[in-house]
Amino acid sequence: MHIFFKKAEESATHHIISIGDFDRSAIDQLLDHAQQIGKNRFDRDALSGKILAVLFFEPSTRTRMSFESAMARLGGSSISVSSVEACSMAKGETLADTIRVVSGYADAIVIRHPKEGAARLAAEFATVPVINAGDGAGQHPSQTLLDLYTIRQSMPIEGIDVALVGDLRYGRTAHSLASALSLYGVRLHTISPPGLELPPALASHLAEKGMEIVCHSDIEEVISEVDVLYVTRIQRERFPDSTSYFNVASSYRITPELVSGAKKHLIVLHPLPRVDEIDPRFDSSPHARYFEQSKNGVPVRMAMLLDVMG
Amino acid sequence: MRHIAGVETDDDEGHGLLVRRIRNGTVIDHIDGGEALNVIKILGIVGATTEALSIATNVPSKNMGTKDIVKISNRELSKEEVDRIALIAPRATINIVRNYRVCEKQGVEIPTVIVGNVRCPNPGCITRTNEPIKSRFDVLPDGKGLRCIYCDSVITKDLTSYII
Repeated sequence: MHIFFKKAEESATHHIISIGDFDRSAIDQLLDHAQQIGKNRFDRDALSGKILAVLFFEPSTRTRMSFESAMARLGGSSISVSSVEACSMAKGETLADTIRVVSGYADAIVIRHPKEGAARLAAEFATVPVINAGDGAGQHPSQTLLDLYTIRQSMPIEGIDVALVGDLRYGRTAHSLASALSLYGVRLHTISPPGLELPPALASHLAEKGMEIVCHSDIEEVISEVDVLYVTRIQRERFPDSTSYFNVASSYRITPELVSGAKKHLIVLHPLPRVDEIDPRFDSSPHARYFEQSKNGVPVRMAMLLDVMG
Repeated sequence: MRHIAGVETDDDEGHGLLVRRIRNGTVIDHIDGGEALNVIKILGIVGATTEALSIATNVPSKNMGTKDIVKISNRELSKEEVDRIALIAPRATINIVRNYRVCEKQGVEIPTVIVGNVRCPNPGCITRTNEPIKSRFDVLPDGKGLRCIYCDSVITKDLTSYII
């Protein structure tokens, strides 16, 4: 069964471009399916003979490998491009032409691209399903789905308090997750350095959808209230020099001491890679779920591949 | 009495003819007061022009308080141009004049989608590259702004500065 449908007037092909294209029931169905897959209840030949084109024009470890792993576990195979330099785009070919060509080689395309909206463009020119694996500071729906999946493993999502920490201006994972959480009556808390706050347009869009958003100046202020702490990387290049970066980064660092007053069932998530945001001593904490979260990328992406190709 | 072709400023308290009648062309009436120059910009009339152009700004109007009027000789607006006008002058009326008579008269409607008329403000948007696509925006409810369908960037003010 196909859970997500692109607008019928645009195309009959199924794409997954933005979490904003999903309604709550579509998300729940996909996560239910991923849950079954996570219990090893799936057909290992479901995508036998199918080929997935993996077009990554930006670096990636987890997203890329977990899509390839998901495809392999379903009996399919993958072909890939790992950088602009390694394909005809280096010769000046447009993304539109690349997508048209690759559509002839594969049964679905997974794309990561530095430009926002690149995946939607790809969907317009592709004749096979397209899955967005991250476009600039825009959307990253597969990450959001696995984030929701991980939360759901610990607690029902409805009505919980979630804190987003770090670079909320450029962090696409935070944008996508905030949009999805607005479907579940979640109260959102934001903690970010000055200048890296949630984009005002997104904040007002979420508020229009009825989401309560509370801004905080530091994590201590909110740690006892939240059920989920979602930490994102603060990138050094956003700061004028190393000193200002380290000053800010250290004040957003998750340590075992920080969560001493937290709820018992608090979970700490991070899309990874982490740099300085989480103290390695925290890895053994019962609250730490980021490696499990990363592992969940496989069943969730298997469900997504089956959704568009199965 | 109304003489749109000659622009006797329809409901403007009978102050008489503000600008000469045109033989052929377009009269854009009921532009919100002060927006005429932006309408000119939308029409792509910038810098030196050979077109006969008349502009009346902040004309008293019973219905609108003040309004602007633009007359362009020997040019009939296309649908695409009308859509552009609707973004900044939603109450405008477009009158096509032939041989001094108003042959066509239509209001403008804010469209639900704007294609190709507006540049996305986000420099990281895929529409700001050499890809073979036009910009495309969903119009927010009540025309309060535009949302890029590619990158979700929103324009809520200074719209005229993004018009292509």
